[in-house]
Amino acid sequence: MSPAIELTGITKRFPGVVANDDIHLEVAEGEIHAICGENGAGKSTLMKILYGMQPPDAGTIKIQGEEVDLHSPAQAIELGIGMVHQHFMLADQLTVLENVILGAEPMRSFGRIDFDAGQEHLDEVGRAYGLDINANDLVETLEVGERQRVEIIKVLYRGAKILILDEPTAVLVPQEVDELFRNIRELKASGTTILFIDHKLDEVLEIADTITVLRQGRTVGTVKPDQVTAHDLAEMMIGSELPVPDAGASTVTDEVALEIAALRVAGEGDRAVVDDVSLRVHRGEIIGIAGVEGNGQAELVNAIVGIDDPDEGSITLLGQEITHQSVRHRREMGLGYVPQDRHRDGLLLGFTLWENTALGHQTEEPYSRGPWLSRAGMRDRASRIKTDFDVRTPNIEVSAHALSGGNQQKLIVGREMVAGPAVLIANHPTRGIDVGAQAAVWDDIREARSQGLATLLVSADLDELIGLSDTIVVMLRGRLVARLDPNEITPRDLGAYMTGAALGTGTP
Amino acid sequence: MTDRLSHRVLLASAAPVAAVVIAVVLSSIVLLISGSNPLAAYWDMVEHASKLETQVDIFNRATPLYLSGVAAAIGFRMNLFNIGVEGQYLLAFIVAAHLGAQVELPSVLHVAFILVVAMAVGGAFSGAAGVLKVTRGVNEVISTIMLNAVVISGLAAWWIVEWQAGGEISATGGRVGTEPIADSGLLPDINGLLELFTREVGQGKKLTGVLIVALAVGIVYHVILNRTVFGFDLRASGANPTASHVGGIPPKRMVVIAMTLSGTVAGLVGMTELMDTGYYPSNPISLLGFTGIAVALLGRNHPAGVAVAALVFAFLDVSSGILQISGAASREIVEIMKGVIILTAVIAYEVVRRIREREEAAAAAAAMAAGPAADS
Ligand SMILES: Nc1ncnc2c1ncn2[C@@H]1O[C@H](COP(=O)(O)OP(=O)(O)OP(=O)(O)O)[C@@H](O)[C@H]1O
Ligand SMILES: [Mg+2]
Repeated sequence: MSPAIELTGITKRFPGVVANDDIHLEVAEGEIHAICGENGAGKSTLMKILYGMQPPDAGTIKIQGEEVDLHSPAQAIELGIGMVHQHFMLADQLTVLENVILGAEPMRSFGRIDFDAGQEHLDEVGRAYGLDINANDLVETLEVGERQRVEIIKVLYRGAKILILDEPTAVLVPQEVDELFRNIRELKASGTTILFIDHKLDEVLEIADTITVLRQGRTVGTVKPDQVTAHDLAEMMIGSELPVPDAGASTVTDEVALEIAALRVAGEGDRAVVDDVSLRVHRGEIIGIAGVEGNGQAELVNAIVGIDDPDEGSITLLGQEITHQSVRHRREMGLGYVPQDRHRDGLLLGFTLWENTALGHQTEEPYSRGPWLSRAGMRDRASRIKTDFDVRTPNIEVSAHALSGGNQQKLIVGREMVAGPAVLIANHPTRGIDVGAQAAVWDDIREARSQGLATLLVSADLDELIGLSDTIVVMLRGRLVARLDPNEITPRDLGAYMTGAALGTGTP
Repeated sequence: MTDRLSHRVLLASAAPVAAVVIAVVLSSIVLLISGSNPLAAYWDMVEHASKLETQVDIFNRATPLYLSGVAAAIGFRMNLFNIGVEGQYLLAFIVAAHLGAQVELPSVLHVAFILVVAMAVGGAFSGAAGVLKVTRGVNEVISTIMLNAVVISGLAAWWIVEWQAGGEISATGGRVGTEPIADSGLLPDINGLLELFTREVGQGKKLTGVLIVALAVGIVYHVILNRTVFGFDLRASGANPTASHVGGIPPKRMVVIAMTLSGTVAGLVGMTELMDTGYYPSNPISLLGFTGIAVALLGRNHPAGVAVAALVFAFLDVSSGILQISGAASREIVEIMKGVIILTAVIAYEVVRRIREREEAAAAAAAMAAGPAADS
């Protein structure tokens, strides 16, 4: 039988970079095939080519042995290829059902949409693949894991037999990853071919049948998971030894940098989304917040940064009360912030990299002097971030959308670190960053900690939480329910706290 | 290096030039179909425009178009569609004309007073649409269209009666407009300045002094937008309001400020006419606000681009008169050309963008190919 997908000699160039350089890839029918590689290695580009979003400059694509000439995603969908993107593409204001049928609406006479038929088909798809979702929920109200499921259902709804998932686990907590992998195995059992991209090598080894590694746009090799270790894979990706992160001694001082007292943020109805939260972060300390997404972490962070106004309680930054101060005031006081969703909250995608490095700091030197912008200052910072944080880009004049997802993330982390904050709110700071660069970012945060940086770390990556934090607090249904010592807890136990299963044994 | 630079300039100007060329070709076809000789028509237009007096007319027309274009462009930069420039300038025009005629001030102050009143009225009226948007969620397109109606068939129609020169009009009497402003309140023409470089301007044509004001507005627009923190905030907030909010830029405040600034510039649009005639007439020059949207579009919201676009439109407007006189073609051909220029410009900009992207990619590939070869 011919392979489900066969790519030969795929080449794709962008201004200043060759994203794919003569790539060969063969994916057998019904297998789970993982693509690994550093940030900017060309993974997303290759998948977009296969999905008809970008035409290759050279090379051929064969689907089920037939050579095809793809010009649009519509054509790829026709051929049974579906893709879930690295950055979700759902309409927040529409329901799950509306999102799923968008662009493939079943029609009644007179151009009316047949929602019943859509619902029926959706249920069918859900049942067939064991994906569970309420069709009438607004997408806005869904947690990340659920959004992911909507994206997958959306693709399956269109009859995909080949499913491409670009970093599907980057946004998920371990329980949700297990859930996703269960879904993937079921899909495989029903004959779907799956191609997926992932930076977490343990996950890759757990689920993949075959692994292909890319480096700088070229195929480095294709291996079976039982032939390699995570360490081998990392070295194939990076082309050298993995940096070993050093644990570093505690640098916690007794000087409070950020104090949150009895903070309450009301939600819809009676329940508070942030409920009586009190927390102190000292200079030189990293406090990690663990929790399943949607338990109030986002609202807590928004209140601290100043995007939402809390209903009760107070926030004190470096001894000054800032509960109702503007975002800009807090930023100027030395509050750094790495947001969770880089496209929505972190970047001006159409602006140059050097303009992006000023966003959030544009009122401060060297980005500006008085009311005047300083282009030299901005460019200077941008070059420094490019080298220090290894942002892979031909130059700092390109616009932010030309960076790969992980490099966009590095740019944001770099922007906040270079500004020299006193307090850093890091929301999933290494989301989408490859293993090598992740270790480097961790080192940067540790280094800044030893200089007195106070950090509040929110992350879905339990290894990151345990490895980086001085103390971990667990957030559940808007409350802080446990305070744990990272040296004495395993990811498995932490997971139990997060779902509330281990409650009663911790000290709230 | 200079080669590359000239190549880039060429590419940048390719789109608008292509738009004009295509517009000429398409208009020629229309002219031929309608039985006119396109060459004769173009010859009349060009010959007419080569006269100094016509050029004065073109600049006088381009001045309000430029201000109107900049007003629209400020909105566009923030992703706001201020369709209300039309109503804003007419309202500013009539209020400034009325109040300007009521006061007695020394010359410089009097002119300044009138300009400030016009800007304040335009700004406040447009700012109101901004406030409606952020407090009530009313889309600015809807609110400014409604505010246009309020001005054009409401306030202006009422006030022109109230403020009629010589008191209330009789049922049969014709309308004559507002009380004339004293000479101290009128910006002098700048023929003197022009004549330094050329010959004496004949036919009693006067180059409007508001041209200087428009140039100043263009320079201030450019400097604020590109060189100041405030301009950065404005551009950022227009591009991505949520990320900008996280970056310390309050999105609602930026909407109100941008709408107010847009209206402030819009308020100046009617000043060319006011400074020339000294009063608000019963039928002021209208539609400048709507044309400004097209001017901003053709000029890509860029201060210099909008200026060129305003000149192109002004040239066409002024030419329509000569076509009628010479009889070489119907004057409506000018409207067709305007429409075609806008459409082709939008397409041409996109085509040029793609060409540029492809060229850069090819350059990257060449550099990569040269790399390893140099190694071995
Ligand atoms: N639209 C674009 N314009 C210009 N350059 C681009 C564009 N898209 C991607 N690139 C460049 O192509 C290269 C490969 O990008 P790609 O997004 O495929 O990386 P990736 O392997 O998915 O990385 P990540 O793990 O960070 O998501 C990068 O150097 C990137 O800067
Ligand atoms: Mg990617």
